[in-house]
Amino acid sequence: MSDETYPADLRYHPEHDWVRVDGDEATFGVTWYAQDALGEVVYYDPPAVGDTVTAGSSYGELESVKAVSDIIAPASGEVIAVNGAVGDAPELVNSDPYGDGWLITVRLSDPSELDALMDEPAYRAYLAGLSA
Amino acid sequence: MTDLKRTSLYDAHVAAKAKIVDFAGWEMPVEYVGVRAEHLAVRSTCGLFDVSHMGQIEVMGKGAREFLQASLTNDITRIGPGQAQYTLLPDDNGGVIDDLLAYALLDRFLLVVNASNIDACWARLTSLAPDGIDMVNRSPDVGMLALQGPDWVKALTPVSSPEPFALAYMESTEAHVAGVPCLVARTGYTGEPGVEIMCDASQAPAVWDALMAGADRPDPCGLASRDTLRLEMGYPLYGNELSRDRSPISAGLKWACDLAHGGFPGVERMQREAEEGTPDRLVGIVLTEKGIPRGGCPVMAGGEQVGVVTSGTLSPSLGVGAALAYVSPEHAHVGAQVSIDVRGKEKAAEVTRLPMVDSSPRKEHHQ
Repeated sequence: MSDETYPADLRYHPEHDWVRVDGDEATFGVTWYAQDALGEVVYYDPPAVGDTVTAGSSYGELESVKAVSDIIAPASGEVIAVNGAVGDAPELVNSDPYGDGWLITVRLSDPSELDALMDEPAYRAYLAGLSA
Repeated sequence: MTDLKRTSLYDAHVAAKAKIVDFAGWEMPVEYVGVRAEHLAVRSTCGLFDVSHMGQIEVMGKGAREFLQASLTNDITRIGPGQAQYTLLPDDNGGVIDDLLAYALLDRFLLVVNASNIDACWARLTSLAPDGIDMVNRSPDVGMLALQGPDWVKALTPVSSPEPFALAYMESTEAHVAGVPCLVARTGYTGEPGVEIMCDASQAPAVWDALMAGADRPDPCGLASRDTLRLEMGYPLYGNELSRDRSPISAGLKWACDLAHGGFPGVERMQREAEEGTPDRLVGIVLTEKGIPRGGCPVMAGGEQVGVVTSGTLSPSLGVGAALAYVSPEHAHVGAQVSIDVRGKEKAAEVTRLPMVDSSPRKEHHQ
């Protein structure tokens, strides 16, 4: 397991997904909080390259031994890359949620959707509210 | 939040960084470092579980044996003091109120029941008990640990007196563990050799701490691994595989029902089902492609639903999706090719032998 971190260069969705923006492309993953709540991830059911994902909707599933969790897209776009390494070693989501545990990269269809996401301090405040 | 109960080991779990969940009204550890590591520790070395949430009902008095013989499905006359037996508490229709272990002790019987069913068992047994039977619900006062895995002897040796290692599977004895008077029994729910240890709840932390202080200490294990371990063995779980809606026969528990002599409630239905067959039967299934079956997933064959998953997980031992499921008789044989509908995606699967792994709680230890 990794330590609890929320990098300052990412944007965050309330369903505990993160976005790393690079021009009109963005990489998605799940936050430390999400992987901790799920427990050891043992299965990743990803979308296919070329699929369209929609902000606020599920684009795949992560499963622990005990539970299934939908992965919610923080922004809309077309899938241009899927992290096959997580398919083979799903525990990467636990050990390195913001690095090797990334899930997909999309070409954003509406970059303005990113404005609705939280920055790190806002997400931390949101998490504090959840546990209060 | 409702009023959740805590076992006397709660502080020990928190100190060990357990993830705590609500289970049957109790705040219980679901996992410590992770379900897979804990599961594999029990299969390869040794693990320690807090199962103090389980219920203990003592049955005493003249005629206690006859009362239990008339109330439970198994033949309790086959066990004497120091022996235990798996049995079921049926309702009047032959449905299952609970599955339990009955321990015969010197002057009484001890019934160890599921935490979620303590009240139902108590109510049922009270309603059936004739005059002269004395029953005590000891559940709140009893702490219970399960030390499970091939290295259980190494973990228990330094702290037990006498060393209860001559015990055969399903035998029990009184012993002192860490100086605490305990009932130690060669029982468990994991499929590995090991013991379950019962003592006064207030002294359970001393037993736990002593076992955890040894050089060959077990891994602390949570309820998640207890569930995956029992699933690989094909052991039924009340609420998943067992309920009031079906008799024990379709669950493959005919061996725990004394149909020849039984005078217990529901025996006629069980005799009829044993002779004529049941509409479906409990089997083990493994996926032959990636995916994880879950309770409620339909089992399919030839485009039609032929059953339903009652428990599903990723088998930590096998590394594949694994399930227990009720399927129609024509598919209830080892090797039957089926599929499981996992949230709309059909996954190829096969009926497998039970247990799914090469484990047995009867294995003797090596000294």
